[in-house]
Amino acid sequence: METLKAQKESKKKEKAIKITGAEAIIHCLLAEGVDLIYGYPGGAIMPVYDELYKFQDKLTHVLTRHEQGATHAAQGYARVSGKVGVAMATSGPGATNLVTGLADAQIDSTPVVCITGQVPRHLLGSDAFQETDIVGISTPVTKWNYQVTKASEIPEIMAKAFYIAKSGRPGPVLVDITKNAQFEELDFVYEKCTGVRSYKPVPEPDLKSIEAAAELINNAKKPYIVFGQGVILGHAEEELKALVEKAGIPAAWTILGLSALDTDHPLNVGMVGMHGNYGPNVLTNECDVLIAIGMRFDDRVTGNLDTYAKQAKVIHFEIDPAEINKNVKVDVAVLGNAKQTLDLLLPLVQPNEHKEWKAEFDKKYQIEYDEVIQKDINPTKQGLTMGEVVEQINVASQHKAVIVTDVGQHQMITCRYVKFKQSKSNITSGGLGTMGFALPAAIGAKMGAQEREVVAIIGDGGYQMTIQELGVIFQHNLAVKIVVLNNDHLGMVRQWQELFFESRYASTVMTNPDFVKIAEGYHIKSRRVAERGELKDAIEEMMASKEPYFLEVKVEKEDNVFPMIPSGASVSDIRLK
Amino acid sequence: MEKQWFTISVYAENNVGLLNRISGIFLKRHINIEGLNVSKSEIEHVSKFTIVVYTTEDWTRKIVGQIEKQIEVIKAFYHVDDEIIYQESALFKIASRLLFDERQIQNIIKESNSQIVTVSRDFFVLAKTGRRHEIDEMHDALEPYGIMQFVRSGRIAVTKAEMPITSILAEFQEQ
Ligand SMILES: Cc1ncc(C[n+]2csc(CCOP(=O)(O)OP(=O)(O)O)c2C)c(N)n1
Repeated sequence: METLKAQKESKKKEKAIKITGAEAIIHCLLAEGVDLIYGYPGGAIMPVYDELYKFQDKLTHVLTRHEQGATHAAQGYARVSGKVGVAMATSGPGATNLVTGLADAQIDSTPVVCITGQVPRHLLGSDAFQETDIVGISTPVTKWNYQVTKASEIPEIMAKAFYIAKSGRPGPVLVDITKNAQFEELDFVYEKCTGVRSYKPVPEPDLKSIEAAAELINNAKKPYIVFGQGVILGHAEEELKALVEKAGIPAAWTILGLSALDTDHPLNVGMVGMHGNYGPNVLTNECDVLIAIGMRFDDRVTGNLDTYAKQAKVIHFEIDPAEINKNVKVDVAVLGNAKQTLDLLLPLVQPNEHKEWKAEFDKKYQIEYDEVIQKDINPTKQGLTMGEVVEQINVASQHKAVIVTDVGQHQMITCRYVKFKQSKSNITSGGLGTMGFALPAAIGAKMGAQEREVVAIIGDGGYQMTIQELGVIFQHNLAVKIVVLNNDHLGMVRQWQELFFESRYASTVMTNPDFVKIAEGYHIKSRRVAERGELKDAIEEMMASKEPYFLEVKVEKEDNVFPMIPSGASVSDIRLK
Repeated sequence: MEKQWFTISVYAENNVGLLNRISGIFLKRHINIEGLNVSKSEIEHVSKFTIVVYTTEDWTRKIVGQIEKQIEVIKAFYHVDDEIIYQESALFKIASRLLFDERQIQNIIKESNSQIVTVSRDFFVLAKTGRRHEIDEMHDALEPYGIMQFVRSGRIAVTKAEMPITSILAEFQEQ
C-alpha cells in the first residue's frame, strides 16, 4: 500500500507546475468550474487580484460596492443555479463585512465559498494592520473554515472547501489565506475532493424507516405534507410532485420551499408560518399524519411548539440528523437525500385521493380569500397595496420570473401571492431575515440565470441597506428589475408596534430620499407610481425593458400583513385581522 | 426532564479551530462546560474530547447531534455516570512545615489515598486521582490548614460497554 501511495505521490509531482499561491487559487477556482466571483480588493488579497487581472478572460470578477453585497450576490447566484457562489475580500474590515452573508448562507443552507486575505503569517496575532481573527469570528456562521498559512496547502484546502460547501446539507465555507501563502511558490496539482473521512454528507437511507413512513401514509385519513428547501437542494421536485399526486396529499411550503412545486398545482395549498395561509396553519393541528420534507420546523413555521401538530404522527424526511427531534418530536425519521428517499417511498405508497380532506383546505381558503386576499390583491380602497403590485407582476411575468425579496412586509406579501412554475425561483432571506439581502442577491440571481427575468421586490428600508449595489447593476448593465414598495416606514416593525406596542412608532417612520433620482444617478431607467391607474402600465413597461429598470411604487403607509400568528401563539390561533 | 450529569465523548480529527467550534455549541445554548479534557484516543491521529455537562438528556442529545455535524468530528457519544468509569485528578500544593506541625495532615494523606509527588523545603505537592466528591472531601479536609495552590483536571472516562467507534476505525483503515 505504501508503494502505491509513493507511486501516486511521484505521479502527482510529475504533473505539478510551479506557480505562486495566488495563481494557484485561480487555478483551483477554474478547476471547480467557477467563472464568476464577487468581491472587493484590499492589501491582504492583492496578489490574488493581480492574478484575477491576468485571468480575466476566464474568470469574471464583479466588484460589488460593499463586501456584504458580494456574499449576498454569491448567495443569489447559488440559489438560482444550484452551483457554488464565490465571494472574495481582503483581511480586517473586508472580512468582517462578509459575516452577515455567511450567517445568512449558514442558516439558509446556501453553498458559498468565501476567500479572505490575511496578514502574513509572521504577523498573525500581533494586532497587525487589518488583522482580524476571521476564522474565530466566522466559526459559528460557517459550515467549515480554515486558515491557510503555506502555499502548499492551497489546492487541498480549496478542493475541500468546495466539496464541503456543496455536499450534503450545503453551507458557507471560509478560507482565510495569509499574504505570504499567496506570494510563495508551490508545486501545483489539483485533485477534486471526493470525501473527508470524518464527514458523512448524506446518510444512507434506511429502508425500514421508509416502510414505516409508507405505512403511516397509506393508513392516513388526513395526511398533510409540509415541504422546505430540502426539496430544492436535493433536486427532489419531481419526486415530491409524484408523491403529492399519487397519494393525493395536500402540500404546503415554507418560504424557502416555495417554487419547488408549481404554485397553481391543485394540491398546492399554500404557505405555512407566521404570515402563511389560513388553512395550512390551522389544519396543521387537524391532520393525522404530518409529512415534513426537507424543512426544519423553524419557530416562524411552528409557532408555539407545545400546541403544534400534537394530534398527528409526524414523519420527517431530512438530510441532517441534527434536525431530527430538534424542535418537533417525530414518529418516523427518514434520513437521506430527499430525491433518493422519496424515490424509494413512492412505490410503497398506495394511490389515493383525499377529497374531503382537501376540501377543508378549500373551505379555509375561501374564508381567507374573503377576509384578506381579496382586499390585498383587488383592493377597492384608495391607497395602493403591496398585494396588487405582486399580482400585476404575476400577470406580466406569466409566473416565469425569478423573484427576489428582502425582509419585511413586502417579503411576506410577495411570498403569499407570487406565482411560480419553475423551481429555484424564489430567492429570499428566510432564516436570518437579512434586510439588504435582495438587491445584491438579485445581481447574483441575474448572473446565475441570465436567460430569466429577475425581479427584486424590496422595502424602502432594506433597499437603503445595500442601495450602493445599483453601481454593479449599472456597470454591468444587468437587466434586473427593481421594485421598491415604498410605505415610508419600516413596515413590518411598524406593524408589530401597532399591534403589540400600542402604536408607539419608535424609529420606524422614515423620511426617504427621491429614489427615482438616485436610480437616475446610476443611469438606470426609472419610474414612480402612486396611482392605481398607472400600475399595470408601469409594470408592463418594466417587464418589457431589456435593461435594468427601477420602479418605485408608493403604497399605503400603514397596511398590515395578515393572516398572522402572533409570536409565541399556536398555529391554530392565526389571526385574520 | 430532569437534569443530570452527562459525559460527552467526541472523537475528532486534530484541528486547531475545532475546540472553538465545539465550545460555541455549548455557549449558544448557555450550557456550562463543567469539565473538559482533550487527549489522544485509541485511534491513531484521532483526538478525544471528554466534556462533562449538567443538563437534561434532551439537550445533551441535541448538543451531541450538533457536535457530530462538525466536519472534523468523527463521532460523538454521551453517557450517564453509571455507564462509564471515570476519574479526575487534582494537585494540592501545601506548606512543608505543616507536614511536621500538623499531625492530622499525615492522616489525611493516608486516608485519601493520595500521593506525595514532590517535597521541597518550602512546600510539598499531593496528587489525588478519584471521583469528584473524593477530591472535594480531601480539599475540605486540607483547607483549614491552608492550601497554597489547588487545581483539578477535567473528567476522563472510558465506557463500560464497547464504544461503537471500532467499526468506524475499521473503515478508516480500509481507506
Ligand atoms: C439587518 C436587519 N436589521 C433589522 C431588521 C428588523 N426588521 C425586520 S423587518 C424590518 C422593516 C423592514 O422595512 P422595509 O424594508 O421598509 O420593508 P417593509 O416591511 O416596509 O416592507 C426591520 C427593521 C432586519 N430584519 N434586518
